[in-house]
Amino acid sequence: MTLLTNNTNRVFITGFGIISSIGCGESDTFKILQEKRTTFRKVTFLETALTQFPVAEVNKSNHDLTLLASLSDNEHYSRTFLLGIIAAQQAMQMAGLKTLEGIVAATTVGGIDLFERSYKKLIDSNYSAQNKQQIAFSLDISDCTEKIADYFGIRSNVSTISTACSSSANSLITGARMIRSGLVNKILAGGMDALSLFSLNGFNSLEILSDTGCRPFDQQRNGITIGEGAAFLVLESEKSAKNKKIYGEIVGYANRNETFHQTAPSPNGDGIAMTMKQALKIAEINPESIDYINAHGTGTLMNDLSEGNAIKTVFKENIPPISSTKGFTGHTLAAAGAIEAVLCLLSLKKQKLLPNLNLENVTQELSFNPVTEMKDAKINYILSNSIGFGGANSSLIIKKV
Amino acid sequence: MIFINSIGSITPNKTIENGHFQCVEPLYKELINPIQLRRMSRILKMGLGASTICIQNLPESKIDAIIVGTGLACILDLEKFLFTVLEGNEQSLSPIPFINSTHNTVAAQIAFMHKITGYSNTFCGADSFDSALADAILLLNEDANQVLIGGIDEYSEYHFFMNSEEHDLKNAQFGEGAIFFILEKELKDNSFAQLIGVHSFLTKNKKCNNNLFEIIKTEITLFLKKYELELTDIEIFVSGKNGNCFSDDIYDILQRDFFPHSDTLQFKHLCGEYMTSTAFAMEHTARHLSNCTEKYALIYNHFNLVNHSIILMKTSK
Repeated sequence: MTLLTNNTNRVFITGFGIISSIGCGESDTFKILQEKRTTFRKVTFLETALTQFPVAEVNKSNHDLTLLASLSDNEHYSRTFLLGIIAAQQAMQMAGLKTLEGIVAATTVGGIDLFERSYKKLIDSNYSAQNKQQIAFSLDISDCTEKIADYFGIRSNVSTISTACSSSANSLITGARMIRSGLVNKILAGGMDALSLFSLNGFNSLEILSDTGCRPFDQQRNGITIGEGAAFLVLESEKSAKNKKIYGEIVGYANRNETFHQTAPSPNGDGIAMTMKQALKIAEINPESIDYINAHGTGTLMNDLSEGNAIKTVFKENIPPISSTKGFTGHTLAAAGAIEAVLCLLSLKKQKLLPNLNLENVTQELSFNPVTEMKDAKINYILSNSIGFGGANSSLIIKKV
Repeated sequence: MIFINSIGSITPNKTIENGHFQCVEPLYKELINPIQLRRMSRILKMGLGASTICIQNLPESKIDAIIVGTGLACILDLEKFLFTVLEGNEQSLSPIPFINSTHNTVAAQIAFMHKITGYSNTFCGADSFDSALADAILLLNEDANQVLIGGIDEYSEYHFFMNSEEHDLKNAQFGEGAIFFILEKELKDNSFAQLIGVHSFLTKNKKCNNNLFEIIKTEITLFLKKYELELTDIEIFVSGKNGNCFSDDIYDILQRDFFPHSDTLQFKHLCGEYMTSTAFAMEHTARHLSNCTEKYALIYNHFNLVNHSIILMKTSK
């Protein structure tokens, strides 16, 4: 099964929005990429004992985020929702849309940050039942999606995807398939995740947090740096995007189960090799057509080796320029696929390869050297990988239009 | 055309324990490797158990995709890990509940156990089963031949908070369930029913009033029109009535104004109220359709007056 359909509506990207530790919006984000500046720092806004691990935190308080989103102050906004709505507003504005036909959003923790900071109020008899529900509802991760849908007056085709770290690659794939099949003509797709005690402690319990800052593809890499952020893309059919500025086209995609291990990828990267091949097939292009690979490259020992081996399997002797941008944004979990898709759109627009930060000595087992400087290049096709727990592998191919 | 060709489910079957509907669980060691079983959380056992029954019921199955809809996913593990952290313990935590609480754990473990290397997706929230169903239909219209789809949710304390005084779910009895289906494009001897379509929508208004009734009526009318059907074509109206006096009105009004000619089928007295209860409704309706002469059945359900879903089914005879 390849996810091919008889309907071949093209999937155009007519707007995008991004907020992460490296900035809010297109120009701030590109500036940091250009300056090759790290934004990793000691955790500031999240109250945690785990201060020894640097994080990629969005440098704004919830109050500042609320103002940025032009919303009135409400202590029951989760940080995940605030990040999501800001990215969605940018995307909608860029596409010149007030509303559209649906939203596919991805998140792993949803509004859990709201629960973490206010759960004590659940047993406070002075706190109203209505407020308590808002706190309890924050454990339903679709709550953030529904609030964004409500903001733009979207009533149908509202869904929330959660497939660990490949979540927003899958929301983009699902949105793209909905356009391709003719089910909808314009849809918002992306992902969001805020830093939370839950995910920080979770990844610490797995002993995969880096205490120096993540170093994707480096021989001395020592784990991930958790980030936070959101990115949304407006996807439109050819008919709907007519006469509009188009930032890219989703031409290939694939989603496969690796069935190797719940938390570890296979050493050869069989799962991500399958999705890269299948995405190329759907795009109807050869591996040689790919001009740049934005790798999942988390900076864990296993991921980078496994993904690197899979790239060797698929691209053989002709490995295109590769980088992981997680040295900039950290690993933003469910937002990663969409954030990286936006970085790919910037790469297409500026015709520049994006650098891989914190790389000193490339992993010996790998036969390629990731790009470490921002470089001019002719870029038509970009491949972006996402790999999550449970063997959830996804690949996307974005084309310059 | 899409057919429901296999069903596997673990459901409460009217069993009420500790104030909520509780699943009657099978002897898992007959379905799952006992060594692995020891480390599994309850919802994972329920999901693996129900999906395995579903797969076993359709010999020679070759599944292209796994899609799971789950309201709160592995909420008990999530709560377990979260509350340990919130009690101030941020050191030396066991990673097991964290790993188990990942929302796609059940889909991933089904793939792992049955070596299914195809497409996999997990939808969350109150209309997640309906989103999963829409995705399954999309896949079958692409080039998938056989899709395994399920709706799973386990009861947790979370519902205690939702059941507070001012809430719209007050008086409803909560439940849980794990129900899996195999959907195919081929009519087989063991086909239960035909799945025609699904539609879900959100409403902002949390009160039963005329405005809400009109929105729901319009959505149902437009949905049927898409399939060139009239209200009178619906011979079975499957109602998500949950016993809550504040939000059950809508079911009575639909029955009175839209489906006075239809038989009404209810299901929440069997499974209770929960986010993916439409999976239970689909099983209940499919089994009913396989044993009767009526043609079309329409399920309408809402969760908390916000998430509404409509599923249209037809006899496969």
